[in-house]
Amino acid sequence: MAGARAVRFVVKPLVFAVSLGPLAHLAHGAAFGSLGPNPIEAITHGTGDWALRFLLLTLALTPLRVLTGWNGFARFRRMLGLFAFFYAALHVLTYVWLDKFFAWPEIARDIVKRPFITAGVVGFAILVPLAATSTAGMIRRLGGRAWKRLHRLAYLAAVAGVVHFWWLVKADVSRPRAYAIAFAVVAAARLYAAWRPTSGTTAPAGSRASTSASR
Amino acid sequence: MLIRRAADIPSSEITDHKLYVRRREFLKAWGLAAAGVAAGGLDLDAQAAKRPAPLEGVVKGPFGTTEALTPYEAVTTYNNFYEFGTDKESPARTAGSLRTRPWTVQVDGECNNPATYDIDDLVKPHALEERVYRMRCVEGWSMVIPWVGIPLGDLIKRFDPTPRAKYVEFTTLNDSRQMPGLRSLVLDWPYREGLRLDEAMHPLTILAVGLYGVVMPNQNGAPLRLVVPWKYGFKGIKSIVRIRFVERQPVGSWQKQNASEYGFYSNVNPAVDHPRWSQASERRIGEFFKRKTLMFNGYADQVAGLYAGMDLRKNF
Repeated sequence: MAGARAVRFVVKPLVFAVSLGPLAHLAHGAAFGSLGPNPIEAITHGTGDWALRFLLLTLALTPLRVLTGWNGFARFRRMLGLFAFFYAALHVLTYVWLDKFFAWPEIARDIVKRPFITAGVVGFAILVPLAATSTAGMIRRLGGRAWKRLHRLAYLAAVAGVVHFWWLVKADVSRPRAYAIAFAVVAAARLYAAWRPTSGTTAPAGSRASTSASR
Repeated sequence: MLIRRAADIPSSEITDHKLYVRRREFLKAWGLAAAGVAAGGLDLDAQAAKRPAPLEGVVKGPFGTTEALTPYEAVTTYNNFYEFGTDKESPARTAGSLRTRPWTVQVDGECNNPATYDIDDLVKPHALEERVYRMRCVEGWSMVIPWVGIPLGDLIKRFDPTPRAKYVEFTTLNDSRQMPGLRSLVLDWPYREGLRLDEAMHPLTILAVGLYGVVMPNQNGAPLRLVVPWKYGFKGIKSIVRIRFVERQPVGSWQKQNASEYGFYSNVNPAVDHPRWSQASERRIGEFFKRKTLMFNGYADQVAGLYAGMDLRKNF
């Protein structure tokens, strides 16, 4: 299938390269001093933003696939999900290293005492097993149903991420609210896609990660 | 009123060099601009040309710190001024719409000389002093800024508060045509802040009209802003249009927005955390490692006496 080959050899590498863009931007900014007067804050906010964006984008793929009928969307789910984990990991690393300088007792106190950090850590903790079970081998080992159930936790991770952001801001909740709305739309679309009468769409042929995992 | 004054800079260290010829600081700031040129093709001349007019007749004031100044570029592009947007880059971009002349300040309440004063009539009788102060934001970052201003106490003496005056309340301009951020209701506008009268009269407290020897850039609170260096930055209300003497403790805008997080005093205190983050350390803008936050932002020798016997955990 020519379309599948184009996706595999052209579109996917392209999406991969574009997904590295935010990292390239931050790395360039850090190296050349163009991240503003508080570069570490810019890196913290940048990686956190992109973790949330990739997570929401990943969650949007299945409803997009069902609603548009183009099964190709499923082929980007693992990659974009792993990018969400990648940026979340960078975000956590920035906090642990550049904000706390590996002061573990202080970090532990933060996690217990500061609700917004608790929410962030919960969100990241959820992403870890999802990233670890993202390989075809793990899908096989877990079995499609169990894997699917496990990976529904991605929705919970997104909720934790939005709550983390919401509880962090001092007064202006407009940006976390935008993420909350985006999540609500994606979740509603997913429910609609699952329950609409014509939901008998077959799983996309040949997509490894999603044959067993798609709805 | 007796105000205890301690650990001042000896007068021998006070020079009356005019600020605009202080080469070293200017060179440092220009060095930063040059680094910007190397990085992103910033135009050095354009950067310099953008500075407001220099202030004349500035004398070196007391209490100065010898810590490295935060570069002009950082001081004027990283601002919390919600009237011009809630992210720190917005004010530098959008505060051009603020008209700082003509500008009047309404002085009223418990004082014998209430009037609406023209800003120049307010400031002119006083010598402009340079005060190099630490500025600690409640968010956990800090700067060192060479403010230019006048002691608020000297001004208050002119207004002659009555014995009933216990507090001073300040109000920011509330004009959404000049301040686009006022259209979003993130705070209860207009911005208000307050000080106890003895805090306002303290020699550390100034009303600033400039920084780095030039007229106050709009994004930093032009034309007139409060600087109280031992308190978190948000107490330093900007673009002041009203000074009112009152008997009861005023409620600041942040206090009103969230009283459990922003107290009336809001003195810098590493031992009292903001409920959502620690205040034990801070990142000085331009530095990689964090530094320990000092009690009263390092001005304990001067101001600790103001709070003798008070529980600072309760009166945060």
